[in-house]
Amino acid sequence: MTGVSARNRGRRRVADAAVALLIALGTLVVLVPLFLVLWYLISSGISSIDWAFFTQLPAPVGREGGGVAHAIVGSLQLVGIASVIGIILGVGSGILVAEYPRNPIVAPVRLMSDVLVGVPAIVTGLVVYGAVVVAMGRFSALAGGIALGLIMIPYVVRATDEVLQLVPQSVREAGLALGLARWRVTLFIVLPAAVNGIATGVLLAVARVAGEAAPLLFTAFGNQFWSRGIDQPTAALPLVIYSYSIAPYPEWHRLASASSLVLVALILVTTLLTRLVFRKR
Amino acid sequence: MNRITGTDGVATGAGSPGGGRPLERRGGKGFAAGDNIFLGVLVIIGALILVVAGAYLVVLYQRGELALSTFGLGFLVSSDWNPVRGEFGALPFLVGTLLTSLGALILAVPLALASALFVTEYAPRWLAGPVSYLVELLAAIPSVVYGMWGIFVLVPFVRQIHLALLTTPGIGELAFIRTPPSGLGLFTAILILTVMIIPFTASVARDVITLVPAEQREAAYALGATKWEVLRTAVLPYARAGIMGGVILSLGRALGETMAVTMVIGNRTDLPDGLFAPTATMASIIANEFAEAVGNLHVSSLMLIGLVLFLLSIVINLLARWLIGRLAPRSVA
Amino acid sequence: MLDDVSVNGTPQATGAEDRAAAQPILEARKLNVSYGSNRAVRDVSLAVQPNTVTALIGPSGCGKTTFLRALNRMHDLTPAARVEGEVVFDGQDIYARGVDPVEVRRRIGMVFQKPNPFPTMSIYDNVAAGLKLAGIRKRAQLDEIVERSLSQAALWDEVKDRLRSPATGLSGGQQQRLCIARSLAVGPRLLLMDEPTSALDPQATQRIEELLGELKQHVTIVIVTHNLQQAGRVSDKTAFFLLDETVGPEDSNLIEYAETDQMFMNPGDARTEAYITGRFG
Repeated sequence: MTGVSARNRGRRRVADAAVALLIALGTLVVLVPLFLVLWYLISSGISSIDWAFFTQLPAPVGREGGGVAHAIVGSLQLVGIASVIGIILGVGSGILVAEYPRNPIVAPVRLMSDVLVGVPAIVTGLVVYGAVVVAMGRFSALAGGIALGLIMIPYVVRATDEVLQLVPQSVREAGLALGLARWRVTLFIVLPAAVNGIATGVLLAVARVAGEAAPLLFTAFGNQFWSRGIDQPTAALPLVIYSYSIAPYPEWHRLASASSLVLVALILVTTLLTRLVFRKR
Repeated sequence: MNRITGTDGVATGAGSPGGGRPLERRGGKGFAAGDNIFLGVLVIIGALILVVAGAYLVVLYQRGELALSTFGLGFLVSSDWNPVRGEFGALPFLVGTLLTSLGALILAVPLALASALFVTEYAPRWLAGPVSYLVELLAAIPSVVYGMWGIFVLVPFVRQIHLALLTTPGIGELAFIRTPPSGLGLFTAILILTVMIIPFTASVARDVITLVPAEQREAAYALGATKWEVLRTAVLPYARAGIMGGVILSLGRALGETMAVTMVIGNRTDLPDGLFAPTATMASIIANEFAEAVGNLHVSSLMLIGLVLFLLSIVINLLARWLIGRLAPRSVA
Repeated sequence: MLDDVSVNGTPQATGAEDRAAAQPILEARKLNVSYGSNRAVRDVSLAVQPNTVTALIGPSGCGKTTFLRALNRMHDLTPAARVEGEVVFDGQDIYARGVDPVEVRRRIGMVFQKPNPFPTMSIYDNVAAGLKLAGIRKRAQLDEIVERSLSQAALWDEVKDRLRSPATGLSGGQQQRLCIARSLAVGPRLLLMDEPTSALDPQATQRIEELLGELKQHVTIVIVTHNLQQAGRVSDKTAFFLLDETVGPEDSNLIEYAETDQMFMNPGDARTEAYITGRFG
């Protein structure tokens, strides 16, 4: 009797240890690609990052040097347009959803914004092509910015909604008990109390769309030179990375690696800083 | 002493019935004008989101209508994709999408679960935070960067593995291995997708595992169970529906993942004839051909694929949300 | 909104006080409040004289807080709540058609159980919030009202050197007095207090109780308290609420309403006596 149970206990203990080991190993396997990618970016990209990288256009094929200044500016422009759309529609709907839950439009808005999160970015690219590019008759920074903005919206809606829910009801009551109209309470008392959280959400959404290439392929399209306006095609860092890394020229591969490094660094720093700055409060 | 009433004009008529200024705001009916305008603006903004969601369906349907009326539902079962002859069938891309996504899920789910269990159950506090943050970072790296890393690191690596397999007696002769060893193809796409969806499965799994009530664990521990037995009998069954939701959410990600897959899958418009064979997915064929598509029918066929992808992603997302919501309403990214 | 609040009407007050003695400032007539099928306030009729402190007492769940919140239309924010009957303030039913709840709350302020200063604002901005958001921007005027309100709330001396620091840095008792000052600043004629000392320590409680005696020279107070000694110390009249099996479906849950001294010495209802003596042991 005791012999069996002792043996059984031993087996159980071994199984327990084996599972613990497997789980630790599995976690390690998950993290290895992260370090491989980061290491690759640093080792292949850092040597190409110099002043020219940020200030010049790409050198013609066969020549050394050059940079991706046009794509950096293009990305900023695209993200700027996207932010305007994402913040206005996202924060607005977020306020509606959180502060007026009884409004009949809230349930469909919440559902649609949840559904849109899962729509592949490439599909958004197709839709904006069909609606905006066709109407304008050409690829443009505006179309690219709209595509990125549409992708941002659901993230901003959700962040705004969640943060506003965290503002205690007592704060709203205090404002209303002062005889302030509801819109003033919402806009000048509740929203300021939530502004840090909303900013975090917006910045994380920006970081997310800044790296998107798929929705830009047939909206912003890309451009070898400086964009001549918001209604013209523009380059962007993710597009440069795509087209240069599938091209056969080592010099372009070099620029693609450096662009990736810069892009990833920007995204990681934004993510990290937003968390550090806003979580502390 | 009665200074405080001085701040309020109403005090004038104090005490006399009806003598105070009326409580109605001057200007009559529209007393809540500010509130109405504010709510009106918000409702318009909310309605715009509904319009946008509707626009997805309308635009994709309109632009894909030509292909739909030309090929009918046969579009989904024909494997003939030939822009030159004007023949378009989406079967290879449906199959390619299915194979890459399912393959990636099979690899990713155990790994993601391991990392979720590690940070929630096994790791000491000082390690759990950084590890779960690093896992989240995997999701922050853009698809196109994974694609570039894939081209320059993963593809040569897979080519080596493929070559080694081809020269291994007993394995090299197998039909699903015997394809030209380029490194670009189904298997490479599966590997890169695996890395990309792990953080989604892991973060949902982590959230639902933390939500398992302490009593569940304690009950199992009180029976003398080991840690693994507690997880197996109390924690995982309780979190099962939520984890399943996370898995399906990741499936949705995998189906639509575009850039990285496009860059390593080889972009051949035929059904894959082996594990390492080049093929294409719905997303990759759109990314690869749309900008250079010639002719209305080609464009329309790609739009129709987009519509299929759109509908598929919605169904999968709603399913995932329903599964996750059953366990923990409004808790998951 | 701007001209709703003006600071030029100082002198009439004394005359008003004499006349007001006979005339209630607020009168609830057959007031009912229900949440769904739950009738929390039943047929309550009660008149409040100006410049007095009226205490609402009773065991928890007796409807006293629900009744209080009906007096400045705070229930408008709760979708499930239904209010029937009249609340006549200054000769006007605040539930009549066309009455703006925002106007009602400007004149009938409220202080809550837990101190709820606006989290993102300084001490000064908290007190000025109601005026600023209502459109008063003149610096000197704001300064004057802020100082006066803080003085009346017996907080001025403690905070006059740090008006710009965040309100959340104050102690609980100070925060509650700040909330009182914030309510006073909009110039209400009636101040509703919902267990304002329940979250405070005995010392802070004592300061607020002392404050009530001074405040009633300026403003009429209705206070909900679960503390019988407090009701005895601060109030002129007391209303006893009860909602248990002894209260029939046709009865009101306002059991007794009388001068505080009279009620504590010589309660008119056996249930009042049981409640009071039960508490005093």
